[in-house]
Amino acid sequence: MTGEDHQDLAAGQAAGPADTDRADGAAGPLAASGVPVRPGTDRDAVGGAVPRWVAAPADTKGCAAVAAAASREGLALVPRGAGTKTGWGAPPRRCDAVVDLSALNHVDHAAGDLVVEAGAGTPMKDLADVLGTSGQRLPVDPVVPGSTVGGVVATGLSGPGRMLYGPVRDLILGMTVVRADGVVSNSGGRVVKNVAGYDLGKLHTGALGTLGIITSVTFRLRPVPPAARVVSARADDPARARELVASVLRSHTAPTAIEADRPDGGAVTVHVLLEGPEEGIRARAEEVSALLPGSSVAEDLPDGWGALPGGPGDTLLKLTTPPARLPAVLDAVADAAPDTGPLPVRGSAGSGVLYGALPSATAPASAVRAVASLRARVEAVTGGHGSLTVLDAPPTVHGAGLDPWGTVLGLPLMRSIKQNLDPDGVLSPGRFAGGI
Amino acid sequence: MRDRPIRDRSDESPDDRSTTDPAGTDRGQADRADRADRLSALVPRLKGICGDDGVITDRARRRTYESDGLTYHAEVPGVVVLPTTAEQVAEVLGLCSAEGVPFVPRGAGTGLSAGALPRTDGVLVTTSRMRRVVEVDPDNECAVVQPGVANLDITRAAAPYGYYYAPDPSSQQVCSVGGNIAENSGGAHCLKYGFTVNHVLGLQIATPQGELVRLGGKAPEAPGYDLIGAFIGSEGTLGIATEATVRLVRTPQKVTTLLAAFTGMDAGGEAVSSVVAEGVLPAAVEMMDALSIAAAEAAVACDYPEGAGAVLIVELDGPAADVDADAAMVRRLCERAGAFEIREASGAAERARIWKGRKSAFAAVGRISPAYIVQDGVVPRTALGEVLGDIARLSAESGIRVANVFHAGDGNLHPLVLFDDAEPGAGERAAEVSGAILDLCIRHGGSITGEHGVGVDKACSMPRMFTPEDLETMDLFRRAFDPAGVANPEKLLPTPRLCGEVPGVRKDVHPLVAQGRAEQF
Repeated sequence: MTGEDHQDLAAGQAAGPADTDRADGAAGPLAASGVPVRPGTDRDAVGGAVPRWVAAPADTKGCAAVAAAASREGLALVPRGAGTKTGWGAPPRRCDAVVDLSALNHVDHAAGDLVVEAGAGTPMKDLADVLGTSGQRLPVDPVVPGSTVGGVVATGLSGPGRMLYGPVRDLILGMTVVRADGVVSNSGGRVVKNVAGYDLGKLHTGALGTLGIITSVTFRLRPVPPAARVVSARADDPARARELVASVLRSHTAPTAIEADRPDGGAVTVHVLLEGPEEGIRARAEEVSALLPGSSVAEDLPDGWGALPGGPGDTLLKLTTPPARLPAVLDAVADAAPDTGPLPVRGSAGSGVLYGALPSATAPASAVRAVASLRARVEAVTGGHGSLTVLDAPPTVHGAGLDPWGTVLGLPLMRSIKQNLDPDGVLSPGRFAGGI
Repeated sequence: MRDRPIRDRSDESPDDRSTTDPAGTDRGQADRADRADRLSALVPRLKGICGDDGVITDRARRRTYESDGLTYHAEVPGVVVLPTTAEQVAEVLGLCSAEGVPFVPRGAGTGLSAGALPRTDGVLVTTSRMRRVVEVDPDNECAVVQPGVANLDITRAAAPYGYYYAPDPSSQQVCSVGGNIAENSGGAHCLKYGFTVNHVLGLQIATPQGELVRLGGKAPEAPGYDLIGAFIGSEGTLGIATEATVRLVRTPQKVTTLLAAFTGMDAGGEAVSSVVAEGVLPAAVEMMDALSIAAAEAAVACDYPEGAGAVLIVELDGPAADVDADAAMVRRLCERAGAFEIREASGAAERARIWKGRKSAFAAVGRISPAYIVQDGVVPRTALGEVLGDIARLSAESGIRVANVFHAGDGNLHPLVLFDDAEPGAGERAAEVSGAILDLCIRHGGSITGEHGVGVDKACSMPRMFTPEDLETMDLFRRAFDPAGVANPEKLLPTPRLCGEVPGVRKDVHPLVAQGRAEQF
């Protein structure tokens, strides 16, 4: 994102919330929506900006009323589920009100159809509990504890299961979204096979709430597999890790996930998750075990399965790569910040998605430089196919001139879509690539 | 496939200035004359881009492109271009946008919703000369292909490495990847493996404004909005895919196909429900009723069990031990549901024998009926029994025979509504039954199309499934790619010209534009 982009978009909003200071009671101009509104506090801050209000609609209709009222006044809205990833993306340029979706908490499970519709505010854990009673699950790993359905979809956050089941976008059948102008719009449907109309749910997945406010999502489900095994092995270095991963990919064992974990720039642990009928699981685990010398087999997932590396205040990196370039990318991440030592990196080695963390102790200017140089190196070693985006960073790092996105292909089309769906730029403005 | 009779359009072309536009006003005629002039003026420039042999103006040759697989809809294209490079495609589209001339993309022309129906006043852009498999990259489990490559040719190219391309629409021998991308094609095995959208990592597209844009590549989850996901299934209204990087899937260790015969559809349906309830995920679950079985027997002598009122085909694939366990389970469940005969095949030839009847069903129906309409509605799988009962009732009440062939695992129905097109009024009555079946699907919370697409055929049915606001939002999205409105116009979304006054569809400007608070261009 360039400074120029920033200015262009900001200039377009110069005539924004002209008189939000006028006395409208505690609910301000959002009172017109009829939805409970309270003043924002420090704890509601998004990327350092404290919203003036927090509106908490009870349903899609209420959410639409909030958006319509905000739109009339040119107020900028940022949707929020449980608030576990509010800092993701760039800090919004404006955040007049947070739309708290936690009351949109409902689950409509059609077990016989392997389909569920859930409100955006539904905690993923609650959803999993409901589905579990029917022996079913949404195969999206709980990557960030406490996340809601809407939060996972808006951040497009997938875990190890992305290898077999696809990223979260592959599991979405339909979506209800409130547009910037308060219009409720649906796409997709409630059946597992449907090609009627544009699949706009894909567009909202990972859009960080910049194209609309997701209020409900319909997913396809899978039965909980009767048996699971995790085969784990240590590889001395990234090249060896890739050999192990490749040997499993070439086998007929149909793994659900192949994960790699390199906490300190040294050895790499490779985990292979197998799921399926009880009758076949042992043979498959033995076959994988034979491919991974010195491996161990467990029935339970290892601690921290699918969790992101690092801790609070770290700068969280997402890297993508063609799977065969895994060693070069693993090495590049480890070397990214020579001052602070090797970075922890882990992720879906079988698919080519990795996460790294720059420690919070890194000076903001160093973090910005480290991201830029690592990005250049990842792009170089992947022949331009790979990418580095910053999912989450402290405000100080953003303030030091961080570019969270790097090269984004198709940016002019993305701007055009944003322009058509949110012409005033009032939904999470600036949070997305290119200042969108 | 035989559909409703093709309307004779033999004397219509831009050369003689007649079109199918029903409006016969002087103004309309002047407009049409103007459009035809514009098109004629375009021809030398198109030849400059695609070469003399890449532009077809000859009437007889143009006419061979007048329809796709849904032959009921036919129009002779104003001009046909056959580009050989992505750059040529982009230049052609840019020219169309600049001149306000509509274009229609076409792959192999196998579509079943008239999505590739040409325009007499437009350019048909055919990708049939872009047929190169650019690269097979087994290390990264992907292949790079041009849009005109036949679906099955990807699997042929990947097979030596032990990989295949999973989406397998029934026309996979000829249908093009570009067409699959436009339609988000699935196939018999989409129950387990998903659709085209789940198998594309990267695209190069030519936008309607003539830009070449790369999206994604060999790495997954490209940053930014998921334009690949939104483009796939857009039916040629957002541009043309000029190259695709597709995922390759490891060839399964074992494939087992079971055929179970039941005396009636209810028992077959019960077997499917219990398979799902037991947590088995087959690669494919197909069902045929007595009438379609009879048609298949007459056509290809598939030798299905005698006396079957329903035949269920269940295919399982994966690691051998898993497949064996699941096959034993499916067998037990079918027996419990009352199957009177079960056949099991693991060899390619035996499996082909089981599939033979199912794969011949559409063509076979042509033997027992002079004409038919295929529907493509979807219902929640649990509603299948009820909907099939309703279809039987509709058929009995109208005296119109309906053969049922369907993807039972995902509730995608393909009722074949049979009629004699020589009989006056029969086509209309069949269309009525076909429409009533779609209504049933919508009433049960289903979809008007599971895999054939909207195209022209179902554009006017879209308001039955989506609100005016939903459609308006889709249109806003469409215009982000195609502000000039030249990309496959009058497909996918309903228009007043096609559908009459569409009830409730907003035709005035966007409210934000009306308020002077936004621009739309």
